[in-house]
Amino acid sequence: MSDVQNYLSPHRLDDAVKAMAGGDTTVLCGGTDLSPQTDSGLREYAGTLMNIRRIEGLSGIDLIDGQIRIGALVTVTGIGNSQLLDELAPVLVEAADQFASDQIRNAASLGGNICNASPAGDMIIPLLVLDAVVELSSWRQGTVHTRQVSLDEFFTAPGKTVRQENELLTAVIFDQPAESFVAHFRKSGPRPALEIATVSVGIGGRLENGSLSGVRVAMGAVAPTPLRARSVEATLEGKTLDAETIRAAAVDAGEQATPIDDVRASAWYRRHLVCVFTEEVLNDVLEN
Amino acid sequence: MSLKTEISFRLNGRAVSVTIPVTMKTLTMLREVLGMTGTKYACGEGECGACTIRLDGRTVNSCLMYAVDCDGRELVTIEGLKTENALHPMQQSFVDHGAIQCGFCMPGMIMQADYLAQNNPELSCEDLRRGLEGNVCRCTGYTKVLDAVTAVVEARR
Repeated sequence: MSDVQNYLSPHRLDDAVKAMAGGDTTVLCGGTDLSPQTDSGLREYAGTLMNIRRIEGLSGIDLIDGQIRIGALVTVTGIGNSQLLDELAPVLVEAADQFASDQIRNAASLGGNICNASPAGDMIIPLLVLDAVVELSSWRQGTVHTRQVSLDEFFTAPGKTVRQENELLTAVIFDQPAESFVAHFRKSGPRPALEIATVSVGIGGRLENGSLSGVRVAMGAVAPTPLRARSVEATLEGKTLDAETIRAAAVDAGEQATPIDDVRASAWYRRHLVCVFTEEVLNDVLEN
Repeated sequence: MSLKTEISFRLNGRAVSVTIPVTMKTLTMLREVLGMTGTKYACGEGECGACTIRLDGRTVNSCLMYAVDCDGRELVTIEGLKTENALHPMQQSFVDHGAIQCGFCMPGMIMQADYLAQNNPELSCEDLRRGLEGNVCRCTGYTKVLDAVTAVVEARR
């Protein structure tokens, strides 16, 4: 039985964050995570259920002053179909294509996928590779106040983030990648569809003369939160991407992973997969 | 007592207003409030696709979707495909190709197949396999389903 005492469906951001000022709000968008989590008792509704789908201005994908801004309400289908992203940040389109099923992609929002804070969240890994920040909006001193948090510092534990109860995630922002920037993403599961990643790996950097610089490596489902693997980045930085470097990076990735045994895979298998994927994604990057 | 609210939307071309609990799912509203039992409940968690409907032109799992989010939108269910006297060509093709065995997954399968065929006149077999990933059938295997959809796509070319 739900204890929801208040249902809101605001059209304006200021109305939404004003209503969230006292906390005690469950945010609803696509419902693809909220629905099974509340049905199974994993999560309870707060006093207010707020449907943010109709808030204006949070559904765009825009290039503004060298930065790409994706509104929190953009669906995974919206990311997959975006010509702008296909051109400027194709690793997001690549990840969207591997996300759940057509029906879920049509409903699930980017903001929801991030706030759900699954260690396996499919859109999070490529966004870490793009060094994205999230924009959090709240009502403060009679106006909408925003702050930006690096995605890398957003997650604290499975399902937990630094977002405060009175804050709404309104956008994801990252710098337009350099022309030489190449990134790829790979996830695994026993079948392609509707799979929660057993392991996922994303790697990106500027590829010039066979070597990577400004390297970013992100790994999913191998730790309590999605992870930036800084030591793997250091292993790769500035080096020629030859077999030896790739091998060293793969070994290091396996050492950085602290996976668990669960119903989807053993820790041993996850660590093995991380090594294999790191090698495969680096080869994809090299072949771009 | 759970909180209720009134919503209005278009269902298979008709205007509908209904008062529902705010946490009710669209599938429950269709089946238990509106008596539209064509859309099926199977897994209840978005894994099987039996509950697939169209919302503003795109397919979604109605078991995951909150009914309140239907407010002001356009829904099409399996009941909305046929005309007065004839099955929809996609439904007829599934019948003609023997793609239906127990039939429980079929409303969702046909809704998704129709969506794919309508959105991509050049739908390849690979596109179709990928597009039907979210629809599970435990009886027939999928070969006859693929045949049925391919026949519709080819007939439209």
